[in-house]
Amino acid sequence: MILIELRKLFGRPRTWLTIALLDLLPTIVAILLAITHVGPRPGQGPAFLSAVLTNGSLFAVAALAIVLPLFLPVAVAVIAGDAVAGEAQTGTLRYLLIRPVGRTRLLVAKLVSTFAFVAVAVVIVSATGYVVGRIFLGHGSQASLSAAVTSVSGSSLTPGQIVWRTIITIGYVAFSMIGVAAMALFLSTLTDSPLSASIGALAFLIGSSLLLTLDAARALLPYLPTRYWLSFIDLFREPILWRNVERGVALQAIYVAVLLGAAWANFATKDVKS
Amino acid sequence: MITTQGLTKRFGSVLAVDDVDLDVRRGDIYGFLGANGSGKTTTVRMLLGLVLATSGSVRLLDEPMPKAAGRVLPRVGALVEGPAAYGHLSGRANLMLYDAAGPSSPGRSRRTRAARVDEALETVGLGGVGRRPVKAYSLGMRQRLGLAAALLAEAELLVLDEPTNGLDPQGIREIRELILQLHAAGTTVFLSSHLLAEIEQMCTRVGVLDRGRLVLQDELDAIRKPTGRTVVRTPDAAAAVALLDGRVEMREGDRLVVRGSDAASLNALLVGRGLRVAELAPERRTLEEIVLEVTSPEPAR
Repeated sequence: MILIELRKLFGRPRTWLTIALLDLLPTIVAILLAITHVGPRPGQGPAFLSAVLTNGSLFAVAALAIVLPLFLPVAVAVIAGDAVAGEAQTGTLRYLLIRPVGRTRLLVAKLVSTFAFVAVAVVIVSATGYVVGRIFLGHGSQASLSAAVTSVSGSSLTPGQIVWRTIITIGYVAFSMIGVAAMALFLSTLTDSPLSASIGALAFLIGSSLLLTLDAARALLPYLPTRYWLSFIDLFREPILWRNVERGVALQAIYVAVLLGAAWANFATKDVKS
Repeated sequence: MITTQGLTKRFGSVLAVDDVDLDVRRGDIYGFLGANGSGKTTTVRMLLGLVLATSGSVRLLDEPMPKAAGRVLPRVGALVEGPAAYGHLSGRANLMLYDAAGPSSPGRSRRTRAARVDEALETVGLGGVGRRPVKAYSLGMRQRLGLAAALLAEAELLVLDEPTNGLDPQGIREIRELILQLHAAGTTVFLSSHLLAEIEQMCTRVGVLDRGRLVLQDELDAIRKPTGRTVVRTPDAAAAVALLDGRVEMREGDRLVVRGSDAASLNALLVGRGLRVAELAPERRTLEEIVLEVTSPEPAR
């Protein structure tokens, strides 16, 4: 069943169009930076953009930072929100269940295929970021392949350090997105409309981002799902500041566990009337 | 094949299905009748484990549902409330995915999948549509595709909800012949419909659902037993009334309803007196009359 779900998801032109659109924004940013050489002032704009002007190999991470606040969650919420509600809307859900496919098995297959989408999307975005960074920015400066990159803390990072820190970043961003996927999947088992599920999940995230900026909501801060999303920047400090990254992973794990538990409890006993 | 006991489903304050005891036997073509909104589809969904009963029990192929769904459902083919398919894929690709989704059983092994899919498409008359995506199909073609999916399993029991919906007269006739053919080959058919004519033409047993309650369940022949009267059409109606004297119960133009079930001797009597007979037959009640009699006249909630 998992293989079938993967085939259904990645056999669909829509999936690849979404990923292509995700790649488009960082590519445009890279081209603009290469032409103008005007980076955002320190402390403003997406992370790493000032750093990439001197070395394009950091653009893989910068690309993730560009799509992370809005584009990536939207894409993940659309795909995950469609998982169960989409089948309900087309009516194929009832036929899958009487084929029969066990409800838990179907949910697990949907979960795995959604996570696969998250992983593929994040890896492709950072790979594209790396390639366009090297093409447009890597040669634009005097930096050669072996040149050290300046970390966020000001000290230098070797290319080797950058590679493994980038890999951890990809994993961290993917895990953050799995929280979004779990939310959308849970809502997807509640409604027969994929649109409602996706928008519901996005409303949850936008609400969380909004509260982050509100001083009065300080007590809630450590529990907001988007609180630690951008903490992967800490991975590029010297030495690495693990605290927020660890908290981010723990918080996401709790959200994922609770939401998936709720999704399973709801779907396993639901009357399928679609 | 299907037995339910006290099957009840409540949605909030609405009692959709109320204490239904279905009894479908092996070899039946069972017609499940009811107005729109009478609870037919909810009952069918409970039989298949899609909707969970509030109380009561379902046994399908002598196993409890939905507990034994994994063992029972591979032996059941079903069409529930219209067909459904992935619009961007062809009919064939849809069936391949659908067949691969469930457990493989002796009738549904992986090796024979492509051949079985092609055969099912051929059976429902979709053999020649090629790679066109389902979103370009007409309603009738989608209905046929839904039937093909139900036929894939070579099931012992077919549960068909409105199988001829959206088909033209030609298509309805083809599907009817297909169902009769499958029945002759040993498949039990549970046919849910609001089309009385369809049920009357095919079914051996009927159940009538009215506002969630099963108000009638019997052999079709037993329900439609002769009424003990004979219907005669004759151009010499006035003379016939005079001849038969008090035996004519009703006269509508040249149509007479005569007391007595012996059509042959009535015919001999009329013809012997030189009266012309255009049509003569024992009166049977139509399914429509019976259904209207047992169901309540007000529209369903």
